[in-house]
Amino acid sequence: MTGVEAGLLSQGLLALAASVAAVAAPARRRNVLAGAACTALAVAGALTGGAALAGRTGRIALEGVLPLGPLVLAPDRLGGFFMLLAGCVGAVVSVYAIGYVQGVSASRTAWCALAAFLLGMQLVPAAADVLALLSAWEVMALSSTVLVLTDHARRTEVRPAALWYAAMTHLSLVLLLAGTATLAAAARSTSFDAIAGAVRPGSVTGNVAFCLLALGGASKGGLFPLHVWLPRAHPQAPSHVSAAMSAAMVTMGVYVVLLTCLRLLPAGPTWWGVALVALGANSALYGILQAAVSSDLKRLLAHSTTENIGLAVLAAGVGILLRGHGAPGAGDVALTSCLLLLLSHAAFKTALFLAAGAVLHATGERDLDLLGGLAATMPWTATAFGVAAAGAAALPVTSGFVAEWVLLQALIHGAGPQDRLVAVVMPMAVGAVALTTGLTLLTCVKAFGTAFLGRPRSAGAAGAHECGWTMRLSVAASAAAVVLLGLVPGPLAASLAGAVGARGIRAVGLLGIDLPQVHALLDPLALGLAAAASTGAVALVSLVGSRRRRRERVALAWGCGGVRISPRMQYTATSYAEPLLRVFDDALRPERVVEITATGQGAVFVERVRFRQRLGDVVELAAYRPALAALDRLGALARRVQNGSVHRYLTFSFVALVVVLIAVTL
Amino acid sequence: MTPAAVSAAVSAAVTGATVSATVLAVLQCAVAVVVAPLLVGTMRQVRARLEGRAGPGVLQPWRDLRKLATKAPLQAAGTTVLSAVLPVVLLASSLVVCALVPLLGAAATPLVPDDLFVVVSILLVGSVAVALLGLDAGTAFGGMGSSRHMMITALVEPTVLVAVYALSVPAGGSALSEIVATRLADPAVIASPVSVLAVVALAVVVLAETGRLPVDNPSTHLELTMVHEAMVLESSGRDLAWLELGAWLRLTALLGLVANLVVPWGVATTASAGAVVLGAATLGAKLTVLGGVLAAGEVLLAKVRLFKVPELLAGSFVLAFLAVTASYLVV
Repeated sequence: MTGVEAGLLSQGLLALAASVAAVAAPARRRNVLAGAACTALAVAGALTGGAALAGRTGRIALEGVLPLGPLVLAPDRLGGFFMLLAGCVGAVVSVYAIGYVQGVSASRTAWCALAAFLLGMQLVPAAADVLALLSAWEVMALSSTVLVLTDHARRTEVRPAALWYAAMTHLSLVLLLAGTATLAAAARSTSFDAIAGAVRPGSVTGNVAFCLLALGGASKGGLFPLHVWLPRAHPQAPSHVSAAMSAAMVTMGVYVVLLTCLRLLPAGPTWWGVALVALGANSALYGILQAAVSSDLKRLLAHSTTENIGLAVLAAGVGILLRGHGAPGAGDVALTSCLLLLLSHAAFKTALFLAAGAVLHATGERDLDLLGGLAATMPWTATAFGVAAAGAAALPVTSGFVAEWVLLQALIHGAGPQDRLVAVVMPMAVGAVALTTGLTLLTCVKAFGTAFLGRPRSAGAAGAHECGWTMRLSVAASAAAVVLLGLVPGPLAASLAGAVGARGIRAVGLLGIDLPQVHALLDPLALGLAAAASTGAVALVSLVGSRRRRRERVALAWGCGGVRISPRMQYTATSYAEPLLRVFDDALRPERVVEITATGQGAVFVERVRFRQRLGDVVELAAYRPALAALDRLGALARRVQNGSVHRYLTFSFVALVVVLIAVTL
Repeated sequence: MTPAAVSAAVSAAVTGATVSATVLAVLQCAVAVVVAPLLVGTMRQVRARLEGRAGPGVLQPWRDLRKLATKAPLQAAGTTVLSAVLPVVLLASSLVVCALVPLLGAAATPLVPDDLFVVVSILLVGSVAVALLGLDAGTAFGGMGSSRHMMITALVEPTVLVAVYALSVPAGGSALSEIVATRLADPAVIASPVSVLAVVALAVVVLAETGRLPVDNPSTHLELTMVHEAMVLESSGRDLAWLELGAWLRLTALLGLVANLVVPWGVATTASAGAVVLGAATLGAKLTVLGGVLAAGEVLLAKVRLFKVPELLAGSFVLAFLAVTASYLVV
């Protein structure tokens, strides 16, 4: 038995152990025992994934689970990467959950569902045949639906959110099922290796399968226009579940896309790459635009997931496009950047969601317009959120910065004068990436600035307190990962490059990245040292100055002539995004109501002004609502057929019998 | 990583090229710190004379800086430690930009890349630092300035990156030393339509990033129209000195970059003392001319309405985009 096989088996056993602990342990010990078992399960997944990423192999065939055939688990290097990612996120999230969950979210069902969810996520990328992929996918989908439903008894918003989520995640399963079935039927085998050789990517079967699988992945990844479940499910799920879903589960959507384009149907036609770039760019822009104008902290983070997954899909599309268009070196770099983007997203999004959970825990508020001043009361959470937000905004030297730099290098080296299509696609992609980066900056400053700086805007925010040590530890660990992945990305980038079949990318200097294909290198640690040197110099001068003239405390800020104590004078998250909302008025279509009540003396003297603003999802209003209404009408028509009368049902049975008899005799 | 590998990496890093590049970077920072207040003083003086005022003289920014640096900063209750940290971050980020941008010479270090994308990202660190500073005290004007500043930063970003892309096409990479070297070796590149479009787009970006007219009025006293000034309203003493110097350094680095892209002659390509002195002299001349032109232009311009700024930036994005597509499709 190889290490990978042992790792795969141990994950099954540990998931079982976690479920037993969740069910059998007394309520007082349940969190610690089940949490420890879940952490062990996730660590086993991470280790197995790490081994597979390093090139170790192992194969487990589970006979007799399904009547169709054995379930084969054999992670390749790409699968190993996604297993590693899911395992690392799972471990952090499990430790956090020990301190975070209470009441319904600490129930037996919730812990069992968490174990099943982690196992499902870790086995999706391990699958080596269609059956195993779909089974693990369904485990992941079902258990996460249960987790989203956790708090349904107390809050009415949870049920519709879970319903949307269940529908969209099963839409994804149906698309995946159809896509893999198309391939399996053509190849007459369910094994990935058999499919890879049997179906030509450019054929009709190949194109149909690509469309179905890419849409299935897009639905899971929350890509535009299939993103509608994300902003509903994430705010309603417990924060550790949102973190796991947003940081790890949605990346499985990208895994499906990469699996399709690199392993099942390698070297596909040009339009695949262009379609993926368009899908990714639209998702990135739409997601970040919605995030920039959201005031609900978790909704904002959910929209930003759409953006990040969009960027990763854009990178994948660029890689596939360039590999087929005479720039395989730049294509390799783009595919590597896709994995780096996902890893970076996993690190900072875990930290952000967990920190948001800590804020919710401490203040009872998710609305940024009611938060403020938390940096004083929650210094750990504030620091971790700030670092992770810097990672999300791709500021140097964080993981997000490195990933985006690699993507930009691929983009600017991809085009050549001989290829007009690429020469137009690349600058548009650079523009989309750049606008996304700019809006992400605004979003991150807004989220951090309004939640943690300024003065508290509500009683809940004023009475905030720092969270327990398991929560602090996991938030700090994920924030540290953001910095670490940004400072020393070299070795990791080299091994990720291997996972997508890219050659030449290696570590250089102080563990920086060398991209010989595009003659570019980046050494973030050296850059960090340069920054530290200049910061140190300035800080030293400041320190000497503060010896001479001490900082003086004053009671009130100046604010151009005296600030009122009322925190309502501050800018809120909504007002912060108002200029942007005006600029993108046509894309966002906000609904504003301004009521002005005048006093008696004409319209000059105003007694009261009320302002209300509602932001709907344009896509949802334009596409989903009409489709759902049509389905509703269909349902109402079907109800006429079933009126509850026994006579009518007997007639139906009789007619059916007659039809069958006629059909048989013909 | 084993200790042996670490020592090998360190010894590889400490080569002659690294040492001379580090010396050059430190020199560039020092020159920029000296020149930046003078540049701002010159610009203000030019403006004053053109407006018919006597003006306070070229050295006034230096005197202001000295006065502020020796005064104690005031910190309002309820503000965080960021009030003291963020001015340092802005100044440090501006210094790193000055070290990386080819002001005196274009000598790449093997480790710290003078990649234009990296420079842009470091500029963003400074922008974010100032924006957070505006929110720290929880005042209405601070939030207003911060919100406007981030909107402009967000909308400038596409132009910046696409302009960088356009500049990197002839050089085959986004390293600044390569870009400047290509322009020195083949001056025809500078006058090519592609390069002109890209530099014009970049110039609009510089105006927006450094808060000059027509995007922001640096000498405004009306709070409601402020962008940059509104965010630093709460800072005083030493903190304000760092913020002012940081902003001036940004202006110097970006104007120096544009100047050296348009007129690359004089930039030292070797690390010899003579070349660096020549580089410093030509940089002074270029900055004086460019600053004078900018100041003269500001006399003639009015600040555009905030919601007209996106149109200006969209226009510059189109220029940058045309520059990239033209570089592939026209040649």
